[in-house]
This record gives sequence, structure tokens and C-alpha cells, in this order.
Amino acid sequence: MSLLKVDGLSKEFGGVHAIEDLSFVINPGTIHSIIGPNGAGKTTLFNLITAVYTPSCGKILFDDKDIAGKKPYELAAMGMSRTFQNLQIFFNMPAIENVMVGHHLHLNRRFLPSLLRLPAVVRRDRECRDYCASLMEFVGLSRYVGADAASMPYGALKRLEIARALAAKPRLLLLDEPAAGLNATESREIDEVIKKVARTGVTVVLVEHDMKMVMGISDAILAIDYGRKLAEGTPAEVRANPAVVSAYLGAHA
Amino acid sequence: MWKTARIGGLGALALILVLAPLGFPNAYFYDIAVKALFNAVVCIGLNLLIGYGGQISLGHAGFFALGAYGSAILTVTYKLPALPAMLLSALGVGVLAYLIGRPILRLKGHYLAMATLGIGIIIHIVLKTESGLTGGPDGMGVDPFSVMGFTMMGDRMWYWAAAALLVLAVWLSLNLIDSPVGRALRAVHGSEVGAEVVGVDTSSYKVMVFVVSAVFASLIGSLFAHKDGFITPDIGSFFRSVEFVVMVVLGGMASTFGSVVGAIILTLLPQVLTVVEDYEAMVFGGIMMGTMIFLPKGLLPSLVAGLRKRGGAAQ
Ligand SMILES: Nc1ncnc2c1ncn2[C@@H]1O[C@H](COP(=O)(O)OP(=O)(O)O)[C@@H](O)[C@H]1O
Ligand SMILES: [Mg+2]
Repeated sequence: MSLLKVDGLSKEFGGVHAIEDLSFVINPGTIHSIIGPNGAGKTTLFNLITAVYTPSCGKILFDDKDIAGKKPYELAAMGMSRTFQNLQIFFNMPAIENVMVGHHLHLNRRFLPSLLRLPAVVRRDRECRDYCASLMEFVGLSRYVGADAASMPYGALKRLEIARALAAKPRLLLLDEPAAGLNATESREIDEVIKKVARTGVTVVLVEHDMKMVMGISDAILAIDYGRKLAEGTPAEVRANPAVVSAYLGAHA
Repeated sequence: MWKTARIGGLGALALILVLAPLGFPNAYFYDIAVKALFNAVVCIGLNLLIGYGGQISLGHAGFFALGAYGSAILTVTYKLPALPAMLLSALGVGVLAYLIGRPILRLKGHYLAMATLGIGIIIHIVLKTESGLTGGPDGMGVDPFSVMGFTMMGDRMWYWAAAALLVLAVWLSLNLIDSPVGRALRAVHGSEVGAEVVGVDTSSYKVMVFVVSAVFASLIGSLFAHKDGFITPDIGSFFRSVEFVVMVVLGGMASTFGSVVGAIILTLLPQVLTVVEDYEAMVFGGIMMGTMIFLPKGLLPSLVAGLRKRGGAAQ
């Protein structure tokens, strides 16, 4: 059974076909990469999968359930979580609280207990803080546990988003260019983090330009261009595909 | 550390409120002090919306006025006791804020400002024109606040009630901000889509805080009506709405204590400025502009940051 099924998906922006008749499946427990040149439609695809955008046509099944009409927060409750290519950090908050927001769905969210600061809420919040500190450690951010998000460097913010997404305890984690703008060392560290996450049983969908990283960690790769499927298969198959070589890899070689 | 800051801040506020009357020059000053404390409570609610939630309302005086008129009409015309009248009015305002909030909080920035402005203006006009119910522009008298045979009399008594209420409001606000609900609210301010994809129902949180802030305004409006004994539609005017927002911004957005400081300063300032008579409005405006230019974060946050810097330099 597939965890995610995309079927005949299209998205148009006033005449621009960002995604066009795209179909693929993602199996649970895998690292699935999506590659393609800039403007290929990768981010748009993420936005469609997470219900930030509504498809022009086609459908998306998560856990065999059609996500049409669902809000992003409802999908989060179903076990989907993501990071953003353009950071969506809560810069008005401390780093750790960014992660704690990620744990929102697992806390008591009723208004009155929060307003009255009931002991149970405080206790649970303290546990949540500890848990989120451990998540920050997990992604290599232990030195920023006491920092304000606004004071952190770009590379650390990329990881902070991963920690926040993990705090939601997703089954499907979508990472949009987690290594973009990072140096080689940082990039390798992110690589390790992604592998560790996958080992915990989370299915990862990865959009990434770093080919070494993609080829090294993916179980399957989907190559798209102009919103259409170019190739699909194992890293070796995709690398050998002539269409991919000319459209994407060739351009970077 | 946060915990000590919290308890310490509440304690300091309570102490200041207890000691403040020692410095009141005359009995009349109690009246102004009560107005300042009332404004502070309204601003604490509004700060949750503006400072923490990142939304805006240019119509909150409308909710204040609805609370005031709700209580006035229910007690005078319908002979309801003051407390149930106040709670009923707050309930009504809460429901209204919910119904209005759902559609308009989808708007952002200037558009939301315009929409809330419109609400305030509509409320103001309705209060003026529905003279059968409200007495129209001439206003209406309201009886003193009494609950179970006990009647609130005189500015002194009101001062202590308002002071207690302010401490309560600060406590509730601090609780809320430092809770899962408040964190989600701040996240909505930080990035709506970022909050949404980890499970925060952002539109509900925006509506929730809009309702909470409207209820704060309504409750204080009710008390104000009973205290002053006479209300006119102008308590819900656009100018009053702007005044509330300015208090929040001047005191410091996303600072509960800042809102208290902002409300108190802006309530007292006109009193002080009566010495410059004709130029009162100009000096008032000048002070506001100066603060925003030189202390863009607002009074209290700038002050705290300044003290921290000094402390750091001294070490
Ligand atoms: N919100 C939007 N409005 C209009 N056009 C958009 C929007 N989002 C993406 N596009 C367009 O869709 C295409 C795909 O963009 P995107 O998904 O960001 O590509 P990628 O992430 O692969 O670089 C581009 O032509 C882009 O200009
Ligand atoms: Mg992209």
C-alpha cells in the first residue's frame, strides 16, 4: 500500500502550467527524492501535497484518503509535515518554541486550561520543552536551545525547520531543499540527519539540488521538468536516463 | 528565569498599584487613575490581538461601547442586575466578534484595518441613531454597579476594584501567552503557513484572540458605564479605537506590561498637557511621533533592552 498517491495532478497559475498531469506513488519507509531544474514545479508540488495550494485538477491520496478540501493543519493531524525552501520560521519566538509549536497537536490545546495555567498544562509543557530540546540536539542544534530564532544563522534555521516538522511526529516528512545555501560540511550533516530520520520509520520526500546527496540517500527518485514527469526509478536508473541527463544533470555537469 | 520574571512582574505591579494612591495629589485623581486602569485592561486584550497575534483592530472602542450600552440598556430598561447584565453583554459581544471575525480575519494588513475600522464606525452610528434604545447622541444615564446588595460607590472603591482587575488581567494574559494556545497564537504572527503545516488551525486562533480581546473591551465598557453613570456614543468613536491601538503600540507590542504602561501614560498625558492648553493635541502628537521614531519597539521593550545593555556593559 502506498503512503502517498498522486494521480493526474495539475496546477496552473494564470496560464503557467507549474504542474501538469503528474502521477506517482510514494511507498512507506523510503526516502523519495524529487529533482528537476529551477522552476520545474517541485515547490508547487509540495504546496499541493500539503494543501497549501488547491490543485487545478487531479487528486492526491494520503493514506488512501483523498485530501481534497482538507486544510494543511488537518493533514498535519493525519501525519504530514514539511519544511520550506524559503524559511517559514517564527522569528518572533525563541528557537525552542519554534520547535514546540511543531508539537502543538500533541498538547492540551483547550483555551481555559491554558488561560488558567492549570498544573497539568504546565507539566506537559515542560515535558514538551525537554522533548523539543532533544529534537534540537538530534538535528545538531544543541547550542541554540536557548537562542532566539532571529539571532540564528541561515544553516541553523534550515535545521530548526526540520526539528519543528519532526516535533509534529509525522509519518510523511517533506523537505524542500534542506541543504540549499549550506556549505559542504553542513550539507553532509543534513544528509546524516535525514538518514537518521528515515531510520526511525518516517517516510521522507526530499527536494534537493545537491546530486551527491540525492544519489547517496534516495531509495527512489522522481525527475520532473516543466511540471511533467521526466523519469522515475532508482538512483541508478534515473542517472542513466538520457532525458534526465540532458534536462538536468547535463546542465550541471 | 521566566517564572521569576512573571511572578516578579505581577508582584511589582501589585505593589505599585497599592502604593500609587499615596502619591495622588487629590481625590479627583482617583477618577483619572480608574480610567487609566480600565484602559490598561482593554489594551492587554488588544495587545493579545495586535502584539501577539499579529492582527489589527481599529474598531475596538466599538466593542467597548457595546459592553457599556449593553449593560446600560439591560440594567436601566430591562431592570437586570448589574453582574448578569455585564456578562450577558460580554457574551453578546463575544458572539458578535466571532461572527464578524470569521470572515474578516481572512484579510490581512491594511484590508483588515479597513474592515475593523468599518465595524467600529457602524457600531458608533448605530448607537447614535437607535435613540429609542440608546438615547441617541445625548447619551443615557446608568445606575451604579451593585452586586448582591453591595454598591460600588466613589472613585476610591472603584480604584481598588480596577487595580484588582488589572492584576487579574495581567495574570491571565501572561498565562495565555506562555501556554500551548499562546504559542500557537504567536506562531500565527510569525508565519501563518509555517504554523498551519504543523497543525495549527490558524484561522480559529485568529478568531479566538479577536473574540477574547473584544470580550475584554466589552467587560471594561460595562464597568465604565456603571462607574461614570452616564455614557454617550462617543465612547465608541473611531478616535477612541485609535487611542487604544496607540496605547498598545506606544507601550510596546507583544509586551503585556508594556500595554499597561502605554495605557497609563496616554491616559495621564492629556491631564498633564492641560498646562499647555491650546497646544495639547500638538504636543500629544509630537510625543507619539518621537516615541515611534526613537523607540520603535515601544516604551517598555526599549527600556528593558537598554537596561540589559547597560547591565551587560557593566559586567
Ligand atoms: N504562487 C505562484 N503564483 C504564480 N506562479 C507560481 C507560483 N508558484 C510557483 N509559480 C510558478 O510555477 C513554476 C514552478 O515554480 P516552483 O514550484 O517554485 O519550482 P521549483 O520549486 O521546482 O523551483 C514557476 O514557473 C513559478 O514561477
Ligand atoms: Mg522550489
